[in-house]
Amino acid sequence: METTPVPSGERSILERSPLARLPDRVLKYGLTALAAMILALIVYFFFRLVGEARPAFEKEGVLGFAFRNDWDVSAEQFGALPLLLGTIITSVLALLMGVPVAVATAIYATELCPLRLRAPLTVLVDLLAAVPSVVYGLWGIFFLAPKLQPAEQWVADRLSFVPFIGGGVATIPNYFVTGLVLAIMILPIVAAISREVMTTVPSDHKEAALGLGATRWEMIRMAVLPYCRSGIVGGAMLGLGRAIGETIAVTILIGDAPQLGHHLFGQGYSLAAAIANEFGEAQGLHRSALFAAGLVLFVLTLVVNGIARILVLRAARGTQVKASGGSAPGAATLAAGAAAGA
Amino acid sequence: MSAPDPAAERLERFAVSPSRRRRDGGARAAVLACTVIALVPLLLIVYYLLSKGLGALSTSFFTTDPTGNTFFKNASIGGIKSAILGTIEIVAVASVIAIPIGVGVAIWLVEYGRSSRFAQTVRFFVDVLTGVPSILFGLFIYIVLIIGTGSSYAGYKGALALTLLMLPIVIRSAEVILQLVPSSLRESALALGAPRWRVIFRVVLPTALPGMVTGVLLAIARAAGETAPLLFTAGATLKTNFNLGQFMNSLPVQIYSDVTSPTAAVERRAWGAALTLVVMILLLNVIARVISRRSRIA
Repeated sequence: METTPVPSGERSILERSPLARLPDRVLKYGLTALAAMILALIVYFFFRLVGEARPAFEKEGVLGFAFRNDWDVSAEQFGALPLLLGTIITSVLALLMGVPVAVATAIYATELCPLRLRAPLTVLVDLLAAVPSVVYGLWGIFFLAPKLQPAEQWVADRLSFVPFIGGGVATIPNYFVTGLVLAIMILPIVAAISREVMTTVPSDHKEAALGLGATRWEMIRMAVLPYCRSGIVGGAMLGLGRAIGETIAVTILIGDAPQLGHHLFGQGYSLAAAIANEFGEAQGLHRSALFAAGLVLFVLTLVVNGIARILVLRAARGTQVKASGGSAPGAATLAAGAAAGA
Repeated sequence: MSAPDPAAERLERFAVSPSRRRRDGGARAAVLACTVIALVPLLLIVYYLLSKGLGALSTSFFTTDPTGNTFFKNASIGGIKSAILGTIEIVAVASVIAIPIGVGVAIWLVEYGRSSRFAQTVRFFVDVLTGVPSILFGLFIYIVLIIGTGSSYAGYKGALALTLLMLPIVIRSAEVILQLVPSSLRESALALGAPRWRVIFRVVLPTALPGMVTGVLLAIARAAGETAPLLFTAGATLKTNFNLGQFMNSLPVQIYSDVTSPTAAVERRAWGAALTLVVMILLLNVIARVISRRSRIA
């Protein structure tokens, strides 16, 4: 490399003047500041939320707030167990009903359906994600819940010996309908991520299974599903996070009854529903208790998303060993899917 | 019968046994059934939106404000003009704030931060934001701008809540697209002597633009349908309002309040408003899809 000797104090012709380099600096540090601002905003949010929730936690104790079964606004009693359990019951119901259907849809779209049907099927399932949650609530409360009520009553009567499911009177808003609508709402996310992951299965693996004489289903069960387990679990966890945080549809459908529901077809409450329903009129300690409910919700979604991440990483490492050569579907696919699905 | 054909006998040995064949057929039928089940809710929702919503639509439905007369049988309950205009205003303001910031952070992540520890932290926190339930964004804005300033609900506060909701979606989708821009393009531009900012603005961004527009439109569509962040930030009101410092109505909040205090007429208005909202969101989705199909990358 040939360099012309530069007298001290002067610049080489290859170097830019400080003025010309200014926009570069401005852009770099400006963008860095922007990114730092996002970090600061979230941390600030968390501490402000803790600050606003403190009076409620001081009165009830953190564990008392989360695990005492007594939510009585007029008596200033704020034990949020009915809310927390309502959130968990409805989200688990959503997972139980939504994930198998979503995975089956993904299997059908990627492995079984005629090529010509694949794109329309994908678009249709994705359309479910475009429906706003308030519309799900509207449809659920005016159509689905009244239509399902007789069937629910029938099931409750037949299974009266089963605790939690049987006995009792099925009301129009209830845990089951809420869980069902949540299942429909998480279906497109879980299906999109499962589909994305299934398309990454190397065709070598599938052809090898078929070549050894496996039937289509055996090929799916032995070559496709094990390879995709991490992605499917991750997708399901993302769906769970979505179901836990879902507010408006749940508020409309769960019945807003601030006590622990005694059976599957009875009214209940959830953390998010309590906030949406009561926050407008809340004062003092009540408002603080709702902020505390928000904090519990925040922590719950953080934990679920954190577990999803750990599971995905661990499972992705597992697939990588088994599926030597092929790049395992990992966090990158998931992140893309999450951005698209969100 | 003739003597067994040796070729057929050999084939017989390789044939799939009846039990395996039954299981294969059963599993395929179950998967197909599940797919059909997945599509049933969509059909039902579309059917009910059209059959109940279309009946509510009329010119006056779009040109009058809701009156709040929900108890008297013969009084007019009004239309949804303030809700439509409010949604457009709030979402437009939210987009104007969220898009430049979101794209800026994405550029920083891809062009400057890359895989540094700080960039990983930012990515982690953006992922955290993606998982935060939308009602918490409303609570945050409430703490900062309503408890903090001692003032009441306002349109711009709702817009800021939606900004928080849109940011992670914009950042994540823009980042994915920016990463798809071939690094050879950047390297050629740099080798020709272009400074970094010029490479970003003249080479990277134009290449990534169509893909980013798709992500941005999907974020807007998502924000337009959100109710929870607006409940305690923009509030609900009847009158059409162009002042962002005042209470502002929006379609989702209008539907929510109609659902929670329904008479037959109010329920009809809710279906009409829902149809309007879904059509607006679908239009955004369709445009996004068309643009993404035109995109050269992704």
